[in-house]
Amino acid sequence: MSQARANPVNAVAMHGALILYTLIALFPVFVILINSFKTRKAIFREPLALPDSDSFSLIGYETVMKQGDFFLYFQNSMIVTVVSLFFILLFGSMAAFALAEYRFKGNMLMGLYLALGIMIPIRIGTVAILEMMVATGLVNTLWALILVYTAQGLPLAVFILSEFMRQVSDDLKSAARVDGLSEYAIFLRLVLPLVRPAMATVAVFNMIPIWNDLWFPLILAPSEETKTLTLGSQVFIGQFVTNWNAVLSALSMAILPVLVLYVIFSRQLIRGLTSGAVK
Amino acid sequence: MHRPRFRWHIAVFLAPAVLVYTAVMIFPLFNTLRLALYSKVDQERVFVGLENFRTLFLDPVWSEPFWNALGNNFWFFIVHMLVQNPIGIALAAILSHPRLRFAALYRSAIFIPTILSFVIVGFAWKLILSPIWGIAPSMLDAVGMKSLFAPWLGKEEYALTTLALISVWQFVGIPMMLIYAALLAIPEEILEAGEVDGITGLSAFWKIKLPLILPSVGIISILTFVGNFNAFDLIYAAQGALAGPDFSTDILGTYMYRTFFGFQLQLGDPHMGSAIASGMFAIILIGVCIYLFGIQTRMRRYQL
Repeated sequence: MSQARANPVNAVAMHGALILYTLIALFPVFVILINSFKTRKAIFREPLALPDSDSFSLIGYETVMKQGDFFLYFQNSMIVTVVSLFFILLFGSMAAFALAEYRFKGNMLMGLYLALGIMIPIRIGTVAILEMMVATGLVNTLWALILVYTAQGLPLAVFILSEFMRQVSDDLKSAARVDGLSEYAIFLRLVLPLVRPAMATVAVFNMIPIWNDLWFPLILAPSEETKTLTLGSQVFIGQFVTNWNAVLSALSMAILPVLVLYVIFSRQLIRGLTSGAVK
Repeated sequence: MHRPRFRWHIAVFLAPAVLVYTAVMIFPLFNTLRLALYSKVDQERVFVGLENFRTLFLDPVWSEPFWNALGNNFWFFIVHMLVQNPIGIALAAILSHPRLRFAALYRSAIFIPTILSFVIVGFAWKLILSPIWGIAPSMLDAVGMKSLFAPWLGKEEYALTTLALISVWQFVGIPMMLIYAALLAIPEEILEAGEVDGITGLSAFWKIKLPLILPSVGIISILTFVGNFNAFDLIYAAQGALAGPDFSTDILGTYMYRTFFGFQLQLGDPHMGSAIASGMFAIILIGVCIYLFGIQTRMRRYQL
């Protein structure tokens, strides 16, 4: 470190490497976004130029709006993501509280059982999940997706939240018990507010994979009414492969919501990733 | 003494999570393993034992695509291990430098591809590498390497590696973040002690930091392994269910999808699909066990 302080060449090299990699990371996104606002001609003639008054065009977006039901897809993705997160956080924090707070027979075993799913991907069970959803009539409903994502998110949620709940002071809880608060009230009014940062971390970790998943929407809910934005753009782009304006606009419209979410939550996400919540 | 009262609230707290998790994740997992032992004969489900696995491993119609997908999957994983994780570690090492300015900005920007869906990533790269659009060839032209250009995604010999590199591009943020966190957790005193002995700069990285972050390297390796052997979306988005050209980008995820869901003229076969899923389960389980019992326990001694 002292060497770097004395050596400006090192600093330049470090910034050079980081800037180069940042460009590599952002370049494709940038190219897609700028070209979605251009006329077909301009897309091919000058793919790297910014749109100007000559080449500016919203024709791609118009096609997307007319042909694809993107608002419905967006709404479906929103519902699935928000409801799944709600259940992951609610059920996850309840189970985490039980594991962290009480000593009972099988506590360890239950913890291990719930942790199994951290390493084993739920996709392995897809064949049986589909069969079950068909049998219960849940196939092609958003509930099928919500159930799957809730089950998928629970193991890590329970693991992270119980770690945090163990740190909540025992004195507080004893005081609450002396005051006659029920166990449920202690959980809801005392412990939950204290682990809010951990809940935010869990929410952010789960949000992106749920929003971006293609596998389960494709298999469990491919009908027109239940398509998520990810599946909707996949199908739309597949149909419009040769319409470059439409494809670029559809891609941009799929990028935008995630990018907005990322700007809002990036601090939380990065803090969660670097605080060692996943180990 | 009285028997302790049954504490209902514990059951109430545990029930929803355990029920959903068991019903939607654990039960289907085992049910899939069980379905692999059955087959459909005249519209009826009959128990056939390990027959499906025999077909999968020995009947050339099934075994050739299976070994092809498995081999491709290993190559996919190797590319990630050789490219993604070293780049992630290098970026993290630079970012964790205490006097670096704009570190937060770089970190956020480099993480952006990781939040995009496979559909976006797959199509965006497909367009950029497309010879019709010509962004990639004209950029290579600018640095005088136009002759190197080929329609990489369309050539059997390059397509899989290209897709693996696209996936690396997308996910480099994850090892970067995890290693970054591990590097920040190294106590200052250790580095200072090294400095006193004249170990600074790059040699401090190789001799002090890297051995200390090995447990995190182990974690990212197993995360990469599980993620890769469970991958599907990127290949499907970029190359379709047939994982073209000529199945050269077929991996276990796409093979399982085609098998149990059916494609074009072939009907879906849930039992063979389950057999492939069981194979994937076994591979992931072996990987996780090697990590837990072979690597992690051995790395403990480096921990602080």
